[in-house]
Amino acid sequence: MKIKDFHIASLQALKGVLINMGNYVPNTLEEQEAMLGLIGMKSSEDLFVQVPKGVRLNREFDIPSSKSEMEVSRIMTSMAEKNKIFKTIFRGAGAYRHYIPSIVKQITSKEEFITSYTPYQAEISQGVLQSIFEYQTMICELTGMDVSNASVYDGATAAAEAIIMSVERKRNKAIISETVDSQILETIKTYCKSLDIEVVVAGASNGVTDLANLEKLLDEETACLLLQQPNFYGQLEDAEKIGRLVAEKGAKYIISSNPISLGILKTPAEYGADIAVGEGQPFGIPLSFGGPYLGFMATKEKLMRKLPGRIVGETTDNQGRRAFVLTLQAREQHIRREKASSNICSNQALCAMTAAVYLDAMGERGLKQAAELSMAKAHYLARLLCEIDGFNIIYKGEFFNEFVTSSPINVDKLMKILEDRGILGGYPLANDKILWCATEVNTKEEIHKLIDILKEVAV
Amino acid sequence: MNNEILYTDTHEWVQFLDETTVRIGLTDFAQSELGDLVFVNLPEEGDELTAGETFADVESVKAVSDVYSPVTGEVSKVNEDLLDHPELINSDPMEAWLIEVENVSDKENMLTEEEYKKLIS
Amino acid sequence: MKLIFEKGSTGRGCDLLPPSDVPVINLEDKFKRQSKLNLPNVSETELSRHYTELMKKTFGVNDGFYPLGSCTMKYNPKINDDMAKLPGFTDIHPLQSEETTQGALEVMALAEEYLCEITGMDNMSFQPAAGAHGEFTGLQLIKAYHEKRGDSKRDKIIVPDSAHGTNPASAAMVGYKVINVPSTNEGYVDVDALRDAVGEDTAGFMLTNPNTLGLFEANILEITNIIHQAGGLNYYDGANLNAIMGIARPGDMGFDVVHLNLHKTFSTPHGGGGPGSGPVGCKLLLSDYLPSPRVIKGAEGSYHLSYDNPDSIGRVKAFYGNFLVVVRALTYILSLGKEGLKHASINAVLNANYMMHQLKDTYHIPFSDHCMHEFIISLEDLKKEKGVSALDVAKAMLDYGMHPPTMYFPLNVPEALMVEPTETESKETLDEAVRVYKKIYEEVTSNPELAHGYPRNTVIGRPDEVGAARNPVLRYVYNK
Repeated sequence: MKIKDFHIASLQALKGVLINMGNYVPNTLEEQEAMLGLIGMKSSEDLFVQVPKGVRLNREFDIPSSKSEMEVSRIMTSMAEKNKIFKTIFRGAGAYRHYIPSIVKQITSKEEFITSYTPYQAEISQGVLQSIFEYQTMICELTGMDVSNASVYDGATAAAEAIIMSVERKRNKAIISETVDSQILETIKTYCKSLDIEVVVAGASNGVTDLANLEKLLDEETACLLLQQPNFYGQLEDAEKIGRLVAEKGAKYIISSNPISLGILKTPAEYGADIAVGEGQPFGIPLSFGGPYLGFMATKEKLMRKLPGRIVGETTDNQGRRAFVLTLQAREQHIRREKASSNICSNQALCAMTAAVYLDAMGERGLKQAAELSMAKAHYLARLLCEIDGFNIIYKGEFFNEFVTSSPINVDKLMKILEDRGILGGYPLANDKILWCATEVNTKEEIHKLIDILKEVAV
Repeated sequence: MNNEILYTDTHEWVQFLDETTVRIGLTDFAQSELGDLVFVNLPEEGDELTAGETFADVESVKAVSDVYSPVTGEVSKVNEDLLDHPELINSDPMEAWLIEVENVSDKENMLTEEEYKKLIS
Repeated sequence: MKLIFEKGSTGRGCDLLPPSDVPVINLEDKFKRQSKLNLPNVSETELSRHYTELMKKTFGVNDGFYPLGSCTMKYNPKINDDMAKLPGFTDIHPLQSEETTQGALEVMALAEEYLCEITGMDNMSFQPAAGAHGEFTGLQLIKAYHEKRGDSKRDKIIVPDSAHGTNPASAAMVGYKVINVPSTNEGYVDVDALRDAVGEDTAGFMLTNPNTLGLFEANILEITNIIHQAGGLNYYDGANLNAIMGIARPGDMGFDVVHLNLHKTFSTPHGGGGPGSGPVGCKLLLSDYLPSPRVIKGAEGSYHLSYDNPDSIGRVKAFYGNFLVVVRALTYILSLGKEGLKHASINAVLNANYMMHQLKDTYHIPFSDHCMHEFIISLEDLKKEKGVSALDVAKAMLDYGMHPPTMYFPLNVPEALMVEPTETESKETLDEAVRVYKKIYEEVTSNPELAHGYPRNTVIGRPDEVGAARNPVLRYVYNK
């Protein structure tokens, strides 16, 4: 869409007036001229004397002219309307639709939280700092770890940073299970390539990590093993056995979890993990076409100083009052510069706060409920699906809220049929397989509606 | 060379326990410049050191500073007390040794106490 | 103030989910969580009040003057937030079919088109989630470029000593060694030192322009040419773009790759530390290496996500980037348009010069002839004479309801306070700030002892940071 400049003629006529009301610059042209005079300049050109002629842009930008708020609203809204919102979603694969309580949306819309900066000035940032401290606590509770950071960009970069944390002088090999989300693996490869960390993929069989093969790969040069639990195919891995194999070789065990599942599933700590990471988007963050999301990272105390990113600590002020402050900053880039273990500066603070409020609202009872419901709906869906000819469960192990089936017809065709009926079906995999997902949001009616359509299609 | 303490121009003190074994720490001048120390990143026993290169760093709240080795050798002991109590370097810099090094071969030019006092005045 | 965990009681909570309408599954013990999960047990009333309390202890751009140098804390327009809340943007799954996400792809395509024009680049990726992430990505492009040419000896990135900490940290993360080049006494890159530093091992050079001292490197064409002559590429750190929109473009200054900070220049909110967005733009010679997938426009006029990028450096995160942040930035660019962006930069520079001019007789301003969108105050002399530091002066401002400037950056100016007012402040705010800064100067010089105790009127005084670092308490521990 080319945004039409149909009003440019009138714009130029109004140029003087429009600049005076110019988009978030409060000072009028007159006020600006007075300020220039006060500092001894004749025109705004004088402000840029340092910029040599050879680099000056001597034309206008080739982008549309400025617009009123009403027009901008219309343009952006019409773009939003070109996206189809599905009321019924059976797709996960790294982004999950869960119920977002109204209190979460309301609290995270507060101006103070939205417009504040990184809390470097502790005295006026106790609100943000305390919220992050509470978030860190809850991530530790969920994962069973001792210390969490204030968040990183997403689950994939969290996994990559965890791998970098595990590398030691004599241990330079990172093993990643084939059942980890391929987007995470690709991100890890990009990060590891430049640091000469060897990335080895441990093969799978029957939709879970092949233990015999893994045992062969683990050795004294292995820095870590990364496992996703539940894995990309929704299957629950034998994470305890894998943990023992990893510990035997002295490597670090990294588990990437779906955080909702931690309401009922064993924690990474219970499996013997050293580092827990994951994608926190299910905690109150909408699907958002992929971002901004939330990477969480938590670890044992012994690895605390290797944890990247910001961390909030509790202390007291000069009058003994409880105070929160960014701490252990000497790990970070603004102090260590090229010796920092990570370059990360910004985190996903507002998303971390979203997760914190979500967990506050849900409590352990609500989180457990969301997890149980997600699992129940997915199992119900699976049972009904495999009663239809052509939809067979491919991986037969226990699963949380995702599972893979075959398809009686071409998957692209199938998805289009569902789309036309307002349903976002499971995620198409290679060879006409489908990765289905259900959460607490899917009702029994929705599931039956899907099943009825599929029955027609399968015939 | 018996237990004499020498100094470097990068503000470490070096005590020769015998011909080829030294203890290294930070001077009083260093600790006052660094301010309250919050953490010390020490090497491990067995690590090889090269004269003139860094072997450790010390963290204050807002800064990290490298510590340089004046000798080539092998780390034989690490002062583990400092891991939990880095403030010992501030309170007692001449007692709070960081590491012991054995098999010392190469040495950088070091200063006597007199020469060091002159340097920092 | 109590933590949320210290409020509420067992049994309290919110009624958010219905009971199950399908049979509940019994998990095998081997998968079942054994350790107790402790999360807050609070009613919605208590939760709502808790966050209202926290909100009152938070200071945002919406609360007052926020002149953080190098952060560009400009006003965050509310229309941006409203557009980012449209269900057509928030409720779409990243793995929906292209036909059902044409609007989202169009947002990214338009943002790419406009930002390339603004920066003088040819292509752009929105995958990087923040500035540092953008630097990491941009440096990866440079690395891929040299590797493709079979030039493997180039293992060094040159960085000015005044650079933001993320520059050398990002270079190290990409496996490069960092060479620091000094600045002259006037605050500019030492061109002679730069000439000495380049060689066959130079992969590239990172620079912000205006530089981190708020000065425009007038020798920029010479600087970027030196790097090109040596066979390296030039990386533009876009943190200071707010000074030059419509005036000059990095692409015309000899830069081959840039990153932008949408949460700085393009008004998206900081959110207490994120999420931001750090898109990477590049000239054609690097486009093939951009992260995959890329948004392309088909001949038939519709948009696609192309995964056919064999030379791509790969992914730097999952999905496509911080999409809702891009929505905000695009809304902003559409609002300001070609006139408004230039107008913003003009006023950013005007406001900084206006403040600096009125403060230079009070404070020591090392580079006071002229500045771009930010200027530096140095408290070095005051520290020597009266023991009052940049920290003391900054903390004093808190008592006046103003956020302090950036402290202790850049590193090559001792006791620095870097002030960036931005264009969205009114003359009255700037005048009041000048008045307060002058008053503080008088207070700290006449009573230096008191200065160490500032602030006095904030909800907490100076926190014990040494204690926090020596004995880290990083979470609340439930009493068993």
